[in-house]
Amino acid sequence: MSDQAATFSGAIPDTVKTERSRSFWQAVFRRLSRDPLTMICAAILLAIVLIAIFAPWIAPNDPYKTSMVRRLKPPGTPGYWLGTDELGRDMLSRLIYGGRLSLFMGFTPVVVATFIGGTLGVIAGYAGGRINMAIMRLIDVFYAFPSVLLAVAISGALGAGIVNGLVSLILVFIPPIARVAESVTTQVRTQDFIEAARATGASGARIVTGHVLSNVVGPILIYASSLISVSIVIASGLSFLGLGVSPPLADWGLMLNTLRQSIYIAPVNAVLPGVMIFTTSMCFNLMSDGLRSAMDVKG
Amino acid sequence: MTNDQLHGASSGDAATSAPLVDVRDLSVRFVSRDMDVSVVNGVSFELREGEVLCLLGESGSGKSVTMRSLMRLLPHTAQLGGSVSIGGLDILGMPARQLSTIRGSLVSMIFQEPMTALDPVFTIGQQIVETVRCHEGCSRSDARRRALELLELVQIPSAARRLDAYPHELSGGLRQRAMIALALSCRPRVLLADEPTTALDATVQIQVLLLLRELQRELGMATIFVTHDLGVACEVADHVAVMYAGRFIETGAVGDVLNRPHHPYTVGLMRSTVHGGQRGTTLEPIPGAPPDLRSLSTGCAFAPRCGEARPPCLTAMPELVEAAPGQTARCIKYGAATTYAAAGTFQAAV
Repeated sequence: MSDQAATFSGAIPDTVKTERSRSFWQAVFRRLSRDPLTMICAAILLAIVLIAIFAPWIAPNDPYKTSMVRRLKPPGTPGYWLGTDELGRDMLSRLIYGGRLSLFMGFTPVVVATFIGGTLGVIAGYAGGRINMAIMRLIDVFYAFPSVLLAVAISGALGAGIVNGLVSLILVFIPPIARVAESVTTQVRTQDFIEAARATGASGARIVTGHVLSNVVGPILIYASSLISVSIVIASGLSFLGLGVSPPLADWGLMLNTLRQSIYIAPVNAVLPGVMIFTTSMCFNLMSDGLRSAMDVKG
Repeated sequence: MTNDQLHGASSGDAATSAPLVDVRDLSVRFVSRDMDVSVVNGVSFELREGEVLCLLGESGSGKSVTMRSLMRLLPHTAQLGGSVSIGGLDILGMPARQLSTIRGSLVSMIFQEPMTALDPVFTIGQQIVETVRCHEGCSRSDARRRALELLELVQIPSAARRLDAYPHELSGGLRQRAMIALALSCRPRVLLADEPTTALDATVQIQVLLLLRELQRELGMATIFVTHDLGVACEVADHVAVMYAGRFIETGAVGDVLNRPHHPYTVGLMRSTVHGGQRGTTLEPIPGAPPDLRSLSTGCAFAPRCGEARPPCLTAMPELVEAAPGQTARCIKYGAATTYAAAGTFQAAV
């Protein structure tokens, strides 16, 4: 026994750690801080989010001010550092403002869908039997359609607009999240520690809120964070098709759509919104990878 | 008083107090759409405070299911029959809500695999604190103090630090000790141990066994041990019940059963086990495989593998009868009827 005591983080004296209650999240953050790639992605995302939040103070020009004279100026033009679009609006300002809508369209559906889909999935996974059957088969109906097609179909049916776009994205993301939540819950439910919890007299509600949720929330959050990039891309796609955000509002997808016609004249300008979408979704993906390894307690 | 009782012939002073655990004719069937298996077929025993009963048997003999029935920790497909009473409470007829109040406090359980039986995302301390608070409703700091006492009780070195350790940060032996601490956290009167040392290596096994025996004596718990390891049984048990195909086939004090087995299965079990003074001799395995519980014959379940089987063995399941003072065996040889002695062996009959 004594040798085990020695090898187990031997340098720290007993008394120091007694009062310190180490939380799971502290450990996660400690591991994250040692992962340079994830930290870089987090920094880029933080910068994009901050820029989007403080857009009115940061944007050098009015993103909606058109000018027939300075249309499609190349990047590097004094006063318009990233050039102008086909209506002479400042690209930099529009990209900054566009981040607001694009991020909003990326986050909101995923957050709402995580709540709804996660709840449904955990209920289905823990209850099993008929309840599982009812919930999961209903979800399979949605699953039958490709996600982009489903989003287009729903927002097409509801009509263009931000709210309708959000609703369609939420409906698109509920099934995959519920599916992940259900499969993780089913896995956890059959583990010995759930039975052990029952053997120490824990009630059903207590087992779900304590043991099941805490074991399930990690995988669900990780999966959901990878969906944010998908959501940005689909939202951009909806705007591109004229189903999400409508002009003249700035949104990366919408900008990509309108600049598409100018791609032979000003290719760099036309590609810029795409670069923003790519960077943001890439960072979200890499960060969710980093989160997954950081949240694995056994890692 | 039937012969099925384990302590029918136990000493007088123990018989005066009411048994803490009283199991009568327990049967467990797993019924679902495509299966109907009788796993436990009429098990009866009594257990008093401070006694240790060891359920011995091979895989699938129903020993774990018997033990889990004591806290009704079975899947929904299980149908239980007979009666189980612990501390005067009827376990089988109890509503689910009341059941969760007695689990952990009246009856508690140690699992076989401490790695999977502890929740990986909570520290040892958090798990014990939660259980203590759930049952005793005390403050977090009181519960933490109790958790610390418990870790010291199960002899975990530098207990204060281990409270904040996650299960994966502990070695197998320490993890099992933590599991024991968790099981003892609400002062159970009956402790169930499901092969608590199977997942551990040999040197740690004996440490954990000695600890369990010590704790059991110190806290005066009635304990039921499930194992297929005869060495473990010798080490901890007062009484042994050998199970085969969901029935007790031999019961008695540990020394009597292991030294003078009566049932042919127990005899075979002893012959096929390595123990002292056997160098150079060949072990005699029991031929055949355990019976298929889905299609049990009407006769003695062990008869197809039994070297002493005679035609009457196949007609009816023998009762558990007294084979020696304080020792019972479910074999026709020891029954009152003389059909066995009268019948010839199979070779002679065929």
